[in-house]
Amino acid sequence: MIMDFHAPSTIDELSSLLSNSSEKKHLLAGGTDLLVQMQSQIIEPSTVIDIKNISEMMEIKDDVDGFYVGAAVSGMTIIEHQAFSDTWPGVIDGVKLIGSIQIKGRASMGGNLCNASPAADSTPAMIASDAKAIILGSKGKRDMLVEDFILGPGKNILKSDEVLVGIKFPKKRNNSSGAYLRFTPRTEMDIAVAGVGVNISLGDKFQIEHAKVSIGAVAEKALVAEAAAKVLIGKKVDEEVIEKFVSEVRNLARPIDDKRGTVEFRKQVIGVLAKRALNIALERISHG
Amino acid sequence: MSDFVAYEDKKLKTIGTRPLRPDGVDKVTGRARYGADINLPGQLYGSVLRSPHAHAKIKSIDVSKAKALTGVKAVITSKDFEDMPSQVIPVGELVANFRDVTRNVMAREKVLYDGHAVAAVAATSETIAKKAINLIKVEYEVLPHVIDVADAMNEDAPLLDENQFTQGEIRVLGGDSTKEPVPDKPSNIAKRLTFVKGDIDSGFKDAHLILERVFATKPVHQGYIEPHASVASYTEDGQVELYTCTQGHFTIRAQCAKLLSMDVSKIKVIPTELGGGFGGKNNVYLEPLAITLSKIARRPVKMVMSRNEVFRASGPSPAGRTYVKLGLNKKGKIIAADAQIDMQSGAFPGTPLGQATITCFTRYDIENVRVIGHDVISNRPKVAAYRAPGAPVAAFGVESVIDEAAKKLSIDPIDIRILNAAKEGTQTYYGVKFPRIGFEETLIKAKQHKNYQIPLKENQGRGVATGFWMNIGMDTTASLNVNDDGTIAVSVGTIDVAGGSRASLAMMVAEEFGIDSDKVRVTTGDTSQLGFNFVTAGSRGTFAGGIVSVLAARDAIEECKLRAAKTWNVKDEEVVWENGFARPASTNVGPFEPLSLSEIARNATRTGGPIAGHCEKNVQGAGPSFGTQIVDVEVDKETGSVKILRHTIVQDAGKAIHPAYVEGQYQGGAVQGIGWALNEEYIYGEDGRLQNPGFLDYRVPVASDVPFIDVEIVEVPNPYHPYGVRGIGEVPIIPPTAAIANAINDAIGVRFETLPLSPPKVLSAIIGN
Repeated sequence: MIMDFHAPSTIDELSSLLSNSSEKKHLLAGGTDLLVQMQSQIIEPSTVIDIKNISEMMEIKDDVDGFYVGAAVSGMTIIEHQAFSDTWPGVIDGVKLIGSIQIKGRASMGGNLCNASPAADSTPAMIASDAKAIILGSKGKRDMLVEDFILGPGKNILKSDEVLVGIKFPKKRNNSSGAYLRFTPRTEMDIAVAGVGVNISLGDKFQIEHAKVSIGAVAEKALVAEAAAKVLIGKKVDEEVIEKFVSEVRNLARPIDDKRGTVEFRKQVIGVLAKRALNIALERISHG
Repeated sequence: MSDFVAYEDKKLKTIGTRPLRPDGVDKVTGRARYGADINLPGQLYGSVLRSPHAHAKIKSIDVSKAKALTGVKAVITSKDFEDMPSQVIPVGELVANFRDVTRNVMAREKVLYDGHAVAAVAATSETIAKKAINLIKVEYEVLPHVIDVADAMNEDAPLLDENQFTQGEIRVLGGDSTKEPVPDKPSNIAKRLTFVKGDIDSGFKDAHLILERVFATKPVHQGYIEPHASVASYTEDGQVELYTCTQGHFTIRAQCAKLLSMDVSKIKVIPTELGGGFGGKNNVYLEPLAITLSKIARRPVKMVMSRNEVFRASGPSPAGRTYVKLGLNKKGKIIAADAQIDMQSGAFPGTPLGQATITCFTRYDIENVRVIGHDVISNRPKVAAYRAPGAPVAAFGVESVIDEAAKKLSIDPIDIRILNAAKEGTQTYYGVKFPRIGFEETLIKAKQHKNYQIPLKENQGRGVATGFWMNIGMDTTASLNVNDDGTIAVSVGTIDVAGGSRASLAMMVAEEFGIDSDKVRVTTGDTSQLGFNFVTAGSRGTFAGGIVSVLAARDAIEECKLRAAKTWNVKDEEVVWENGFARPASTNVGPFEPLSLSEIARNATRTGGPIAGHCEKNVQGAGPSFGTQIVDVEVDKETGSVKILRHTIVQDAGKAIHPAYVEGQYQGGAVQGIGWALNEEYIYGEDGRLQNPGFLDYRVPVASDVPFIDVEIVEVPNPYHPYGVRGIGEVPIIPPTAAIANAINDAIGVRFETLPLSPPKVLSAIIGN
């Protein structure tokens, strides 16, 4: 097997490599999905492009309009970035669950997104945070909400000449926080059977002003649980509200039976996780 | 009784301390050379084509395209192996039917499981080898298959072998062993073994409480981190050099010699560092293929299994369905016990039926016992031993029923076990009358343990269970050389199966000589250097390896004394050995300054030549080991998730040579038991294909799944080991499944009879209630 390997150091170089020919090119950030797929003979790439020499792909920026995280920034770099962690604890919950520390030393949030697994741990929290995917193609830049970036299992919106450059987070709302929880049979090194990302903000009377909820591993891709979020908005959280919220989350889930869980189990657990994630987010707000 | 080496109660200097293991640094720095680290100049890479079907006739195999591919140097199928008649024969002290062994390493008429080897190639690169595999065309006629042991026993189950008729044997204690009549219809049940002691019918008639339950355990994989790997070189003059990761290089040699019709002397097996085996590395898989490919290609051939292949084609543990019936009197004394254990054996007969049936009730002194075991074949990989093979299958049921009985009779779960505990002199149903054992001690210490007193909160529960293993001795050898600086090199034929036996053997040798253990270097010799050794299994490494190392040391010490006598010009018997020195036996012998080992070694050339000792022995007197475990769990009633809060092990080691490694064995075994209890299982699709051949969906516990496991080592010395050692590696895996199930029952009131206790199962039981 002969493989073309490139390691461009600028976005322009990368861009011209991508528009070079119509042949399928595989991008390498941490390689924790790519190399596994190669090893298990799912793919046999003819061209691999390492994007880790490109500065835009490797930086975390704290801009006036919010954080920017390069697509190839490793999970551990994100986790150890204090300001980002303080601002987006829910996203950090998700990133922390991607494999072991060693894996996270390589694996990136951008890669997690591009791989488009319905069970990706960082995705629901990114969606709940209103994060946007920044895309570069031969015709220039475009961006879109993370929920619109993923099309289905293993499928994202990128065209053959396009690349995910980074993820842009909005400015954090006042009095807001988030959380991500997943269920796995093991405590670590496992894949989500169900996952929930929540982001909420509270008004001055402790009523929920803004809420966005995303559920993972219970459909072909991470879903925005709009109806469930609606239950919360304008309300103070009490048992009745939580009960409605949980039942809306369960209604929206459309899981399948597979070796990782049954429909019944996933529906049950997604509701429990939603309730618990909401409570963690509330607690985080109250602890400032 | 002269075969036994007696225990001596004496003051110890080295034994019981905790020096660093000699293999430790290499392992943590990556220097240790495991199977896949071995490379020979000019080697080719082998790859195996495996069946995608659970059960199918092989109609034809066309290898022409694979052979024509540039870089391919050899392609083999079953045609390259001699067929063997159906005959159960001892080979290298293992008993095997080589008709089955040859069919397991390479399918002949039929494939019998997903992953069954069908062909193999050797090529100049891994990539070419894999490409060549995909060019082999196999025409199959797919047959109906059966996976589960209970289904395989049904009368209308698809038959794997139309010529298999159940062989039954009944062994009555104090009576004869009788064969049952051969049935006229073939079945998937290869064997039935029945043990009888007393009269269960009259026992049950007198019982105050009778409990009857059926349990199911799932086969699990040994889960060793190191995949199977072999490098073979077949030379032009017909000699074989084989590097392989195994627990028994001598038995691998014997099996290869038989399968390939070669002289034993023509095969040299060099064992590599072992990355875990747990019983799963006693059998040949890649070895005969690598040798045959090398013979054809005339170049060394390296073969390494992927994890996918390890799961589909090696292991798993025995497991199955267990029926248990217990009859107790009012006080909780068990007066009758009946069990039937249906063990799934995989594609070929040979599950550890004896071990499962023997260990079933043996922790307890019961007057009336019947145990029936079935060896049942189905379309799964042929089972391999796994840590106390068979015992957890029976213990899960028995320990669950005892727990239920204790609850029903309002007796503490440890007290009911103390009341029934086997002791010195207890007559087992399989024949042995126990010598001094330490079971009761483990129960008493468990009850006194501080963890047993901790109050539990809501949704938390506590469970107790026990385990027993016979342990073995078997053929074992050691060769010891005193170096000219007074250090010692010991070559043993047992494998350090990762438990640290090299450290323990060095400590015993050091204790004998009276020198520091870091002056003793223990290595594993290859098959050309030592006499035959049985596989390192049955918890015999430190026990049997220890006995031959001690005897080899004593042999060398005798020689050292002779050399001192020669130096002093006194009679041989006028010299004694004490604390690393030869000394005059009394002041009457003469005013000689004691001679140290290094002084004697330095002068060896002048006193007769190099000093050595050796021992070759069929080791007897293995001491049975017993253990009690206490598990505290917390159940998340909303998700069905079970968290192990505390896990306590109290087990008799006889004597802990190196206590840290004994603790490690206890903890490691318990973690494997936790995995068996909570999440590990093979998931087969309707098509009979394994759906989870990898560590992502086959869930062995990770570090964060288990708490620090508390260990208390009980030391009731084995009377037949110089330092009192009992084997300890097997027992810790036996109690966890039942202890966890009992703890869950204590927490939420639900009794589970089928493993694993995975969250969906636990949650549906909670919601169902």
